[in-house]
Amino acid sequence: MEGFLTKLALRTWAVLILLFLFIPIILILVYAFNSSNIESWPLPGLSTKWFAATWDDPEIRAALELSLRAGLTATGLALVLGSCAAFAVQRMTFFGRDVVSLLFVLPLALPGIVTGMALNSFFHFNGITLSIWTIVVGHTTFCIVVVYNNVLARLRRTQGSLIEAAMDLGANGFQTFRDITLPLIATAVVAGAMLAFALSFDEVIVTTLVAGAQNTLPLWIFGAVRLGQRLPEVNVVVSFVILVTIVPVAIAARLTGGSGVVRTQAER
Amino acid sequence: MAVEAAGRPRKTGGASPIQSLLWRRPWLRISLLLLPPLGWFVLIYLASLALLLVTAFWQINSFTTQIEQVWNLDNFRIILLDPTYRLIIGRTIAMAAAVTVTDALIAFPFAYYMARVASRRTQTLLFAAVLLPLWASYIARVYSWILILNHSGVLNWSLQSIGLPPANIGYTYVAMWIVFSYIWLPFMIIPTYAAMERVPESLMEAAADLGARRARAVRDVVLPLALPGVVAGSIFTFSLTLGDYITPILVGGAGSTFIGNVVYSNVGIANNVPFAAALATVPVAIMALYLIGAKRLGAFEAL
Repeated sequence: MEGFLTKLALRTWAVLILLFLFIPIILILVYAFNSSNIESWPLPGLSTKWFAATWDDPEIRAALELSLRAGLTATGLALVLGSCAAFAVQRMTFFGRDVVSLLFVLPLALPGIVTGMALNSFFHFNGITLSIWTIVVGHTTFCIVVVYNNVLARLRRTQGSLIEAAMDLGANGFQTFRDITLPLIATAVVAGAMLAFALSFDEVIVTTLVAGAQNTLPLWIFGAVRLGQRLPEVNVVVSFVILVTIVPVAIAARLTGGSGVVRTQAER
Repeated sequence: MAVEAAGRPRKTGGASPIQSLLWRRPWLRISLLLLPPLGWFVLIYLASLALLLVTAFWQINSFTTQIEQVWNLDNFRIILLDPTYRLIIGRTIAMAAAVTVTDALIAFPFAYYMARVASRRTQTLLFAAVLLPLWASYIARVYSWILILNHSGVLNWSLQSIGLPPANIGYTYVAMWIVFSYIWLPFMIIPTYAAMERVPESLMEAAADLGARRARAVRDVVLPLALPGVVAGSIFTFSLTLGDYITPILVGGAGSTFIGNVVYSNVGIANNVPFAAALATVPVAIMALYLIGAKRLGAFEAL
């Protein structure tokens, strides 16, 4: 075993890294309550006035609405396409499955600028005007793998005998799916959907290249921070985005016992 | 999916003719299921990537700014020969390498503590603690460092309160290096931890029995066995830094142009899509070489 001093040093290191990971996030949540519109530390006072100001801002509301609509639509599409693919390859040979998996992970594995750039020229080449639908197409493309991975992992752990038993007892394909398969994979599907939404809700790199004149919430943040304008509202919006992305992930982690969340990240 | 599309449930039970057909011909079922997702990927994504590659060999008419479908290698010639672009590519690779090394150095002792010292409960907690920031919005985490590093931010306040002079590192390469290392750190910790956890304690005991001190055992047993995990993590830290252009815009200073920034501005303002496409193949080519190297080191088994 490690000596006492080594252990102490390692533990200190672990604490320092945890502080490094979490102080910036906590700091943002604190800055949201800044009473001043100047971003300096220490804060001159605390106030919740920026929350109301942010909520009433039509520009931010429009961005939120676009983010939600694009995120939910992309999640829905990814859910259908990713589940279809997972059902198809679950009994496939190793090679076929590997090819499909590799294909799906490409949009996350390639540098974001490449995926964004490729989709951008594709839309231009085909004369498609950038709109919410091009955002949806972009987001669906990189969200499919999240659903696919979660559902596939669950299907491979599910015993085929349960489904065969249902069939033997006279259930038809639909009944078997509804009463046996769906309950078994439900949590994996929900977890996949949560992660897909979280991924979509905070994406910037691909989105800047596939969005038209409209802003999603992260695009609005990017624009405002870049110009150094409206930072008090940015603090509030950013805190909100952190919560909206972390909550679904926490739920997904509970539903899959943590494994789904890791798998996705390892391939991002 | 195709199964339930085959028909409404029948009260009599049993399979409809279509269902039986799909059951007897699994390849038909698989094809029907695979068609929508694969179609999506082939028709949209692969087509986009192919178009990107093709566009890179075209050029734009400098008067009309329209794309001319004339095949040539001019874009690549400019990228490889123009000192400006060589500098930008070199700078991007150097930053990606610096971030990767930094993250590996930070992650190794942390992952070691997680995998081999911490109790089971602490291990689970630390694991969640590493994953959580990864999912907390990317842009939010970049922005938080602007608040920390700016002139009147937390860093300078902390330095002053312990009597040190302010470190004005906001909007510099140092700021970019810190932010990149921060954002991608969990990607390095997780595979390193996973690889280290798989090293059986009995190997360490065997090393001790053979007279190796703990430090020696870590160097000669844990390090080689955890290396594929570190390399796996480095794929992410390297690739993600290589393709990023948001962080350079937000926390980099003047002149901190990366490959991604040039691509981005050529799609937007400069409107030279063929050149942007050619430049976008550079990170892909670098990553392809990197992945070949990583595969030799066994990184794919560690994923």
